[in-house]
Amino acid sequence: MAELTADTTLITTADGQPLKLKLRQSTRINRIKAFALVVPLLVFILVTFAFPLADMLTRSVRDPTVAKLLPRTTEALKAWDGTGQPPDSVYLAIAEEMVARREDRTIGKVAGRLNYEITGARSLVQKTGRKLARREDLSNAREILTKIDRRWADPLLWRAIRRLSRPFTLAFYVSALDYTYNAAGKIVAQPEDRRIYIPLFLRTLWVSLSITGFCLLLGYPISYLMATLPLRTSNLLMIMVLLPFWTSLLVRTTAWVVLLQRQGVINDLLVWFGIIGDNERLQMIYNMTGTIIAMTHILLPFMVLPLFSVMKGISPSYVRAARSLGASPARAFWRVYFPQTVPGIGAGSLLVFILAIGYYITPALVGGRTGQLISNMIAYHMQKSLNWGLASALGGLLLVGVLALYWLYNRIVGINNMKLG
Amino acid sequence: MKHTLKGSAFAVLGAGLLGLATTPAAAESLTVVSWGGAYTNSQIQAYHKPFEKKFGIKINSDDYNGGLAETRAQVEAGNVTWDVVDLELSDIVRGCDEGILERIDPSILPPAPDGTPASKDFLPGAIQECGVGTIVWSTIYAYDKTKFPGNKPSTLRDFFDTKNFPGKRGLRKGTKVNLEWAVMADGVPADKVYAVLGTPEGVDRAFKVLDRIKDDVLWWEAGAQPPQMLADGEVAMTSAYNGRIFNAQVKEKKPFVVVWDGQVWDLDLWGIPKGTKHLKAALEFVKFSTDTQRLADQAKYISYGPVRKSSFPLVSNYTGTNIDMKPYMPTAPQNFKTALRNDFEFWADNQDALNERFSAWLAR
Repeated sequence: MAELTADTTLITTADGQPLKLKLRQSTRINRIKAFALVVPLLVFILVTFAFPLADMLTRSVRDPTVAKLLPRTTEALKAWDGTGQPPDSVYLAIAEEMVARREDRTIGKVAGRLNYEITGARSLVQKTGRKLARREDLSNAREILTKIDRRWADPLLWRAIRRLSRPFTLAFYVSALDYTYNAAGKIVAQPEDRRIYIPLFLRTLWVSLSITGFCLLLGYPISYLMATLPLRTSNLLMIMVLLPFWTSLLVRTTAWVVLLQRQGVINDLLVWFGIIGDNERLQMIYNMTGTIIAMTHILLPFMVLPLFSVMKGISPSYVRAARSLGASPARAFWRVYFPQTVPGIGAGSLLVFILAIGYYITPALVGGRTGQLISNMIAYHMQKSLNWGLASALGGLLLVGVLALYWLYNRIVGINNMKLG
Repeated sequence: MKHTLKGSAFAVLGAGLLGLATTPAAAESLTVVSWGGAYTNSQIQAYHKPFEKKFGIKINSDDYNGGLAETRAQVEAGNVTWDVVDLELSDIVRGCDEGILERIDPSILPPAPDGTPASKDFLPGAIQECGVGTIVWSTIYAYDKTKFPGNKPSTLRDFFDTKNFPGKRGLRKGTKVNLEWAVMADGVPADKVYAVLGTPEGVDRAFKVLDRIKDDVLWWEAGAQPPQMLADGEVAMTSAYNGRIFNAQVKEKKPFVVVWDGQVWDLDLWGIPKGTKHLKAALEFVKFSTDTQRLADQAKYISYGPVRKSSFPLVSNYTGTNIDMKPYMPTAPQNFKTALRNDFEFWADNQDALNERFSAWLAR
């Protein structure tokens, strides 16, 4: 019997080169060809996915508006210690820069940026810029500014401006986590009735988990039927699952409005059957119920299809063997069949959960007040308040949350223990 | 096998290049963006169609729900596809401040037929540095008269009174108009509304009034939603843009009644995003669509008032009918008694902070 010994000498080819190296060289041209085939997709993903993502995440920590548009003021503020009023150099700098910015029409950007954190800053800056532009001599800027508006003498305003003049800022994440800067410039928690985002994150998490659970409960029997029934019936069921899947999302959501609204089909049927009175109609839409129902319906195919493909590959002989060995049907299902479907459950749940956590259209249309999710808040900051920094910060937190959950899932279930078919 | 793969690759490439080369040069077209639904339709009939006929430039009409986000994104990306946008006054001012709208020289605007220069013919505030006004519109509330057989709501206070006038309410999502209505319903006269809302106590007062109906409110965002919600029976009363309710009343014959008490009126203006590729055509469009006859024409299709004084006497009947438009206008004297003008300066300063407070209030 040959002994297995660790051979410490390198295997070489006929011309003395190490075999590994020679092998790599000879397959190089093939590897380059293979990489070249993937390059278009890589470029596409980088351009449409990675770069925009990186850009938005940079926006969540970086807002160089004030630093770029008021450079001398920023520089002068660095020399200030934060107590009392800033030195004359700061007043002079900001007066001259406001006039300059008014001329190149970018003063509005400064005004807007300051207004996100200092209410009323917009009109203050605009008014000051207008009045300064009429003056020739700005040498005693401190007196001029404080005469235009008393707020220019307030150290609080200057501390806020100094904070905003730093290009790298944590302010967006501070707001996104329901904290704020108090008058002294320290980070404190928002009062109870002003907390918006953390409760919304928790609500989104909870709703997504429930929807995943509902999809699993409803999807499992459907997949089982599709996988075990004869081909004709199972094809029909497959069409019934796929057809809504191919219908537009908006059409499906508005169909739910027609079904669930107070004068809608379901309420009318219930009243007609006498189950509820006419003025006791159920409010099933424009609240959390509507969100959950509509989202479960829309995300169901994402659970059914992975489960189906996994179940299709499970041979029926295992369950038959278990039955023949004396297991009751329930026990045979739970001990033999169910564990084999876990990869499919993992795949389906992950898909549904990640989709649900970022969902925006359905909660916007049928969620009403109580069914709003974090994505609606992100959309609001993108579209209405134009505070893209805060929107990116919220998106960044969502991303971190999902990655954390993914890591947890990997530790518990294992990503390799997941099959899509 | 290798030959056919190479060959077919070249064939596909060649076909693609051929396709690109034979695309005919597109005739000039303009993209005009507005709020959709009945309002855009009135603009198509009164402005777009005559413009296309006169100048031969095709107009693509696009819809949005207000705000500067899309405009700002396009200007920052350097790829402006919207040529003319119908914006609220507060957005025009903000967009101009941020440098994302083109400056419009008011001297290009034609005078009134009797010779009055444009600067005197337009209502005050309708000519802005970066915008030219088109309509006076108003936020009112409307109810379905079949739902209130007995006492009918007639004042702003009735909107917040769910005891005597039960049923759900519809409000535009956000703070605009809602906070003004809340303090007015609480007894503040119109000329003190913004002074009151400028104080923290005033804002607390407004939110306390809103708390009364908080659980009964359905929040809408698109202008077409309120008449739909009224027609569906989802709400008993809802705030709405007055022209949309007019359209439902007159065109679709719905039994809706408008309550003008406490109406908050505002202006809409045309703005041109900075860097548009069709600046000349866009300016022509703005010039054409804001002349006396055109503004009077759009009043034939929807009950929004024209901003030119010379257009008022030309406002006639709803198109194709004998229904006189004048009583439906926000500026008609019988509707204007307790009107409040939207203060865009106040909102420019305070909307960020107030909307944040509103979101927190809504989420609880």
